[in-house]
Amino acid sequence: MLLRLGSNLARFVLSLCVATIAVFAMMRVLPGDPAVIAAGENASPQIVASLAHQFGTDRPLVVQYWDWFSGLWRGDFGISYVTRTDISPLVADKVQVSLILVTLAMALALAIAIPAGTIAAVRHNKPSGTLISALSQLGIAIPGFLLGIVLVSFFALRLGWLPANGWVAPVEGFSSFLSRLVLPVMALAGVQSAILVRYVRSAVLGIMHEDYLRTARAKGLSPLRALAKHGLRNAAIPVLTVTSVQFSALIIGAVVIERVFVIPGLGSMLLAAVGNRDLLTVQSVVMVLVAITLIVNLLVDMLYTILDPRIRAA
Amino acid sequence: MKKMFLSRAKNSAGSPASGVNSTLLMGSILVAVVLLSALLSLVFTPYDPVQANPSVRLSTPSATHWLGTDQLGRDLLSRILVGARITLLVGVLSVSIAALIGTPLGIWAGMKRGAVEEVTMRASDILLAFPALLLAIMFAAIYGASTVSAMVAIGLASVPGFARVARAGTLQVMNAEFVLAARAAAQPPVRIALRHVLPNITGMLLVQCSVTFALAVLAEAALSFLGLGTPPPVPSWGRMLQESQQYWGTFPLLTIVPGVSIAVAVLGFNLLGDGLRDKFDPKLGRGKA
Amino acid sequence: MSERQLLEVSGLSISAGERTLVSDLSFSMATGERIGLIGESGSGKSLTATALLGLLPEELSVSGTGRLHGFEHNLLTAPERAMAPLRGDEISMVFQEPLSALNPLMKIGAQVAEVLLIHRTLGTRAAARARAIELLASVQIPDPAQAANAYPHQLSGGQRQRVMIAMALANDPQLLLCDEPTTALDVTVQSQVLELISEQVTARGTGLLFITHDLAVVARMCTRVLVLNQGRIVEQGEIDTVFSAPNHPYTRALLAASDMSATDERGRLFTVATAGNYQPPALRAAAPEPVVAIPNPRPFAASFSTESSPTPTHRAIAPLITASNLSRSYHRARTSLLGPRPVVHALANIDFTVVPGERVGIVGESGSGKSTLLRILAGLDTPTGGDAVVAGTSIAGAREADLSALRSELQIIFQDPLGSLDPRMRVADIVAEPLLVPGQSLDAAARRATVLKMLNSVGLEPDSANRYPHQFSGGQRQRISIARALVNRPRILVADEPVSALDVSVRAQVLNLIADLVDEYALTLLLVSHDLSVIRHLCQRVIVMKDGRIVEAGDTEQIYINPAHPYTARLIASSLDLSEELARAH
Repeated sequence: MLLRLGSNLARFVLSLCVATIAVFAMMRVLPGDPAVIAAGENASPQIVASLAHQFGTDRPLVVQYWDWFSGLWRGDFGISYVTRTDISPLVADKVQVSLILVTLAMALALAIAIPAGTIAAVRHNKPSGTLISALSQLGIAIPGFLLGIVLVSFFALRLGWLPANGWVAPVEGFSSFLSRLVLPVMALAGVQSAILVRYVRSAVLGIMHEDYLRTARAKGLSPLRALAKHGLRNAAIPVLTVTSVQFSALIIGAVVIERVFVIPGLGSMLLAAVGNRDLLTVQSVVMVLVAITLIVNLLVDMLYTILDPRIRAA
Repeated sequence: MKKMFLSRAKNSAGSPASGVNSTLLMGSILVAVVLLSALLSLVFTPYDPVQANPSVRLSTPSATHWLGTDQLGRDLLSRILVGARITLLVGVLSVSIAALIGTPLGIWAGMKRGAVEEVTMRASDILLAFPALLLAIMFAAIYGASTVSAMVAIGLASVPGFARVARAGTLQVMNAEFVLAARAAAQPPVRIALRHVLPNITGMLLVQCSVTFALAVLAEAALSFLGLGTPPPVPSWGRMLQESQQYWGTFPLLTIVPGVSIAVAVLGFNLLGDGLRDKFDPKLGRGKA
Repeated sequence: MSERQLLEVSGLSISAGERTLVSDLSFSMATGERIGLIGESGSGKSLTATALLGLLPEELSVSGTGRLHGFEHNLLTAPERAMAPLRGDEISMVFQEPLSALNPLMKIGAQVAEVLLIHRTLGTRAAARARAIELLASVQIPDPAQAANAYPHQLSGGQRQRVMIAMALANDPQLLLCDEPTTALDVTVQSQVLELISEQVTARGTGLLFITHDLAVVARMCTRVLVLNQGRIVEQGEIDTVFSAPNHPYTRALLAASDMSATDERGRLFTVATAGNYQPPALRAAAPEPVVAIPNPRPFAASFSTESSPTPTHRAIAPLITASNLSRSYHRARTSLLGPRPVVHALANIDFTVVPGERVGIVGESGSGKSTLLRILAGLDTPTGGDAVVAGTSIAGAREADLSALRSELQIIFQDPLGSLDPRMRVADIVAEPLLVPGQSLDAAARRATVLKMLNSVGLEPDSANRYPHQFSGGQRQRISIARALVNRPRILVADEPVSALDVSVRAQVLNLIADLVDEYALTLLLVSHDLSVIRHLCQRVIVMKDGRIVEAGDTEQIYINPAHPYTARLIASSLDLSEELARAH
């Protein structure tokens, strides 16, 4: 078991390193020297050279990569080529906002999807099951930001029940923090739960045809108790896989939702940086988003080990 | 043997053939609607989709403007028809990129096993941490917003999906004894890949195409909504949503029209994928049993 | 219903929509009686048992009555509320596949204890756990306390089935339903598990309904038998009577096809078509002279070895296949950070030779390495040690290009007749595949002619060429496989369990076809099977394998009569033979 956790961890570190190389290559090598971009189109070679020296981009790429890479582990992302300010404190600030949003959305999505998907499976040939399936099919087709717009138009602009946008940190006022969180979390979770319902449904349907569920029935358990006692934990394994894969979709979904609700998270920071062609900031934020995804994948891998004795033994 | 029998009995009674066909039919109809809209827009649109006409701005649907007009008085129906072109173009090209790179990689990994498989699958795991939209945002940051960079980014981000499906299917086929028989009959690997593996995983790949297409439509819409997709003046559904932002509370039609268009396209491709899956899966199961 | 009557089933019918799967089935069972339900796949035997437990899939509809002693409702129509308390308490069931029938995420002890807790046989978790360990001990699981703490994947197949039996008998049910409980198990394990079931039901006076396709198993386990064909009981009665003087042609055909020691005048097995001449073993043994003339009944293999001129043991002939010190090992996933990866020896130092024209059987249980050996000889796997020379080609270190000579000399037939045919290819293309290799000069028309001729030799109609595999029955599919294997006129035919996925009545036909073609094409045959009787019928020489090693090799009849190695002796003793079982019952 320790061996397995160790290999999970090793795989995570390796993936993270490869991801940094990929991000560095894409953001730093492809576009060319940031000094040229920062200096503007008509700058003299002297200005470019001095900027390059200031940024450190006149050094070999390998050195630059190592510099950036070793900085990452210390939480130091470097200094923006555009705003000339330290990127790290800004990232630290925004990442909290994004994490709150994403974690709550995933929790809500699972809280909706697990019961709904199970009901859809158990009652798969009854109207209620078909209805849930149809709703989830429809939910998947609606982009998260569109749901966000609909929610804002209705609950904020029409009914005025909730603020349309903005962000208040929890320490500054918990109720205003919550009231501004409701709509974006609902928008994010709505689409996610529609996707997850389908997977929960098919996982539970698959389990329902397993031999061991028939054994449980043959022991004298009622269909629902057999499913609850023997089925759900088995069904959790494929659902966990999907949750892990969907997490990256949720994170990128949050980027768009932040734009709809004007929330100052990593998404807003990323889009602002793209608008300014602030490539080092883009590079840093992308790396953080990817790292969060990889960490979630690692946690899920570890959870498998706890959940499934067959993996534990191997 | 009994299990096989029971599941067959279940199939014949549980999910009637009409249900299978209706999903496929619904999906095909919705996809056809989007496709025909795009084709129609090539030869005919009621109005010039980019021509502003301040005298009729923000008008509700009428006999002259079937879906109404936007804040500049442009005809919404014309803009939706032309927007379908961008949606389909991005979808077709990104799915092609993903399928053409991912499928051979997946088959190669599944047939060759060992280090090839390990490296391909690890790489696709890492690439999976870069969703299509994130990759597209990065590309937009580097090269600026354009339809081409959106297509390439979405296509590349969808490669792992194809590689994984192709590999899983290949492994299944390679485990079948008919492949051993082919090898025993001295069939070279390329012929095994083309004659045995590819025909047997075509169904799965079609499903993947459909699902990827839906995801591409969603990613393109989000990208345009962020202002990083196809630049103006070409109308795209995502940017129509973005431009409707000021009118969310007052003139919801501007949001509803492109929103419904996106939903129809995504729903169409998802239903098509589901229908294809129902159509192909039992056959594969039979081949395996 | 009288006091002694345990179960009374009448008019049981099961249908799926328009299709009737079981029709008008009636029988009764006395307390403690053991009844066998035999039939081939699709005969409805499993559905019958599932219906008695009230666990048929919702899509199937059932009618008729089933009365169990002391239970007021009709078993077939009783509501779930009434049936649930009965299941696992008064009626229990043991299923075919013990691995999938146990919850993979739950410890064995907890799964056994659960059935005690559901029916409140024992009030507390601790008491149930203690009783579970006792039950595991009673089904002879070594170290039951430790096994209770294990997960299903940590036990062997036989042990898992013992767990299922412990679970089924935990509450002393009146009726035990067994659905092919030993079909997925090895021969030696099968006989132990059968023994266990026998002991347990006898000790408890439990009524047994035993479902199987295997007549020898029924003869061992039951006193009465119901013969099911296409959802109808065609014959029922005492085993002795039914198996010695079958009334119904179907029963006679089943008996004839199951009896691997009886052959017709050509030395071929009896099939459904030739069953008319078949004499059931009980009568053969009883009557000093055969009632119907079977002049010198002899197995195919025996007939061959006595008549063909070059005796295969003649060492002067250059061998066609030579394996020397052949080994194949696999690395398992690491179990500890330090130390080497565990190694599994699938094959260890295998030595043997096969001369041209010889028929050699390889027998062994799962994990014995017999399939690995075949695949190495066929050039589909590579040895990790030693070498094998097949038809002049050395396998060790050979690349695909080096194997082309081997590929034209050796062809293989697999176990699964559907899995070995590409579902998306037409039969003509499947059979023609070996003809499409570099160096073959046949044009399309010549290929087609060759394919049609080959299909004809395996007894298939010419129009089958344009159809797809799923349009054929299991036996026909195996004929297609054989056609593909022989179309290129190889010298060596290798068969990996060629009949073990087939129904009894089809098995004999396919074995006869193989025997005919081996004669016609003068093939060297290498046949892998877990079933000694198949090998005894077809092969002059046998190689017995266990755990990747050859434990014994030699003349089939001699080894069969006088095994030298204790494992071989155990294997032979465990193999159930219909005539022996009937003799035992007498």
